[in-house]
Amino acid sequence: MAYVPLADQDDAHALHDPDSFVTKYIWSQDHKVIAIQYGGVAIFVGLIALGLSILMRLQLGFPDTVSWIDPAFYYQAVTMHGMIMVVYLLTALFLGGFGNYLIPLMCGARDMVFPFLNMLSFWFYFLSVLILLASFFVTGGPTGAGWTLYAPQSISPGTPGSGAGILLMIISLAVFIVAFTMGGLNYVTTILQARTRGLTLMRLPLSIWGIFTATVLGLFAFPALLVSAIMLAFDLLLGTSFFMPAMMQLGEQTDTSGGSPILFQHLFWFFGHPEVYIVALPAFGLVSDVIATHARKNIFGYRMMVWAIIAIGGLSFLVWAHHMYVSGMNPYFGFFFATTTLIIAVPTALKVYNWVLTLWQGNIRLNTPMLFAIGFIFTFVHGGLTGLFLGNVVIDVPLADTYFVVAHFHMVMGVSPVLVLYAALYHWYPKMTGRMYNESMGKVHFWCTFLGTYAIYLPMHYLGFLGVPRRYFEMGNTDFVPASAQALNANITLAVIFVAAIQVLFFINMFWSLRNGEKSSSNPWGATTLEWQTPDNPPKHGNWGEELPTVYRWAYDYSVPGAKEDFIPQNEPGEEYEKTFHERG
Amino acid sequence: MSLYRDVTNKPWNTVGLPDGIDPKPFFAVANEKVALVIFVIIACVLFSLLTVSYYIRMLLGGGDWVPVATPQLLWVNTAALVLSSVVFQLAVNNSRKEETIRFFSTTGILSLAGGLLAIVFIAGQYIVWQQLGQAGYALKDNPANSFFYLLTGIHMLHLAGGLWVWGRAQLRLLIAPDIAGSRLSLELCAWYWHFLLLVWFGLFYLLATT
Repeated sequence: MAYVPLADQDDAHALHDPDSFVTKYIWSQDHKVIAIQYGGVAIFVGLIALGLSILMRLQLGFPDTVSWIDPAFYYQAVTMHGMIMVVYLLTALFLGGFGNYLIPLMCGARDMVFPFLNMLSFWFYFLSVLILLASFFVTGGPTGAGWTLYAPQSISPGTPGSGAGILLMIISLAVFIVAFTMGGLNYVTTILQARTRGLTLMRLPLSIWGIFTATVLGLFAFPALLVSAIMLAFDLLLGTSFFMPAMMQLGEQTDTSGGSPILFQHLFWFFGHPEVYIVALPAFGLVSDVIATHARKNIFGYRMMVWAIIAIGGLSFLVWAHHMYVSGMNPYFGFFFATTTLIIAVPTALKVYNWVLTLWQGNIRLNTPMLFAIGFIFTFVHGGLTGLFLGNVVIDVPLADTYFVVAHFHMVMGVSPVLVLYAALYHWYPKMTGRMYNESMGKVHFWCTFLGTYAIYLPMHYLGFLGVPRRYFEMGNTDFVPASAQALNANITLAVIFVAAIQVLFFINMFWSLRNGEKSSSNPWGATTLEWQTPDNPPKHGNWGEELPTVYRWAYDYSVPGAKEDFIPQNEPGEEYEKTFHERG
Repeated sequence: MSLYRDVTNKPWNTVGLPDGIDPKPFFAVANEKVALVIFVIIACVLFSLLTVSYYIRMLLGGGDWVPVATPQLLWVNTAALVLSSVVFQLAVNNSRKEETIRFFSTTGILSLAGGLLAIVFIAGQYIVWQQLGQAGYALKDNPANSFFYLLTGIHMLHLAGGLWVWGRAQLRLLIAPDIAGSRLSLELCAWYWHFLLLVWFGLFYLLATT
């Protein structure tokens, strides 16, 4: 089919509103509704994962006080908490949720280029969540192999959920990957092909750059998980020996032999490490836009930020084995991967400097989204610095499998992205709902969450230095750990319960404001990007009314000297002569 | 605006419309083609990872690798897949000449033949599986056997996915022929078939030589 320029395409079908409740809210092909569907399901499973973490912490802080938490359940809770948080909450909410909501709006498009595929993507995701949750109800319960699902342990009898549990996990992941691929194809194609007139690549907001690069990473990284999942399923169901070595089980030799457990680890982490950036890059993008908007300043070093996102994305495929320093792989590998790991810190640090320099002398408005964004800079720097420790082989070896690692990755890819999610949810709430949230409640929510997470994770670093091992149901004969560690553990648990409880404020705020919040104008923050320039708030189906917007400038024209206001929207032509492309005087 | 000019542009320093009133997508082709190319790259990653796993298991596993004797039928299947790809290309070439494409026009028949040849390939692969099973190459007995079934199976699944799209296109030819849509479907099928043929060449070489 011949290519038809966007301007000449018939918009009529896109403007045709869905007419029934079912087509509007359930089998919807509107990217905004799909985004909210994705977001709702992701937050729902995220709450389950949060509940599991409280149960884990109860056992660690107050051992054996909850009688029904046995070692098997503990491992199942650890596994499901990790997998849900990383894949089903963070990946789904950043890309399925914010990706879906923001890509067409920020690109000035009416919808994704393949709306039907987009709808399928959500329903496949929903199915994967149902399969995952079903594993709680099968014989043996969900898998307790740890979120890394290392073979041979994950499919060997004795590991909790080594039968139906792990099988459902594998199926659920496979369905999730199908969902992600359908969504991802859509996001990438939409960003490349459906940008409105004038919106060149370098005029895209950083949110889009982050989401775009993360999606590309996901599309290339998830196949590794799919391959390992398929081969693991073969080993489990058909008795092959892809990963299964010769083993003794209950005094008897198993049928398997010669398989390579290290191969599984390589495949898993070839997915697993980029996965960190699949979560982090959209967060980087969203937080950049939140910071620039509420500091009323253009983002510092825009092009550097773009190239840093791309460099981090590329390098993220070259660092995976830093998760495997103690796996017994060739030590020369360790040298290579330690080097690449430290190199990736360079573009990451650039981004941090640029956020701070954006704040420098800005006209900062300390509202809730901005507080969460600044909180993110703290937690991310914190988690990033401990990453430098763990990235070095000689420091990692004694710290591996201690609470230092738990503290590190929770700071860098647990707390930090979640703070950005909150920043983004508060920031775009007026656009999504047409109402303002309650500011005071938001601020209380921020301070309790931010300080609370420090109360949780800061002590864990010390536990790690003491050598307290992670993944232990109880300490047992660990004489080297002083008794005071238990007091620290109890305090961490209390902090977890406090932080978890305070999240209720967020939900009260969101639901209460839906009806009772002050009505928001289309652009309450005075932001420049296109999603704030829609004729309706919240935007209707088709987003832009009769005519698509035209973009005349980049996404960060804040506090431009001589301008009437402290922001100039991207679709503002300004003086008549600005319609021709030229350098500013 | 060229890509180079676009990415080297200092966006804070420029205003106005760089492309005049014409919006400029990244690739001046149909979106479906862009999506297909991205999908093909993803599939390349998938098959590359499988190949790497194959070598790692063969070279660094427990030394238990016993190569599979290559059934002769694989050559016949390969011929069917080559023909399928060629016929799809002929259909594409022909579709550019035809004013209307129907189920029973030359293009329609070529497209039908292309799909049927792919079905012949899949059926042939299934017979190869049965022959191997009868010859005692059970899936779980040896990693080489396991990989043989795994790799050919995943390749067949990809082809089956292509056949689903092809089936929809054929159905549209029968019910509501639309020249532009049919040309696009045919081109997409042809590209995808060429890709799967190349993948098959790689897999065949791998399975036959190791």
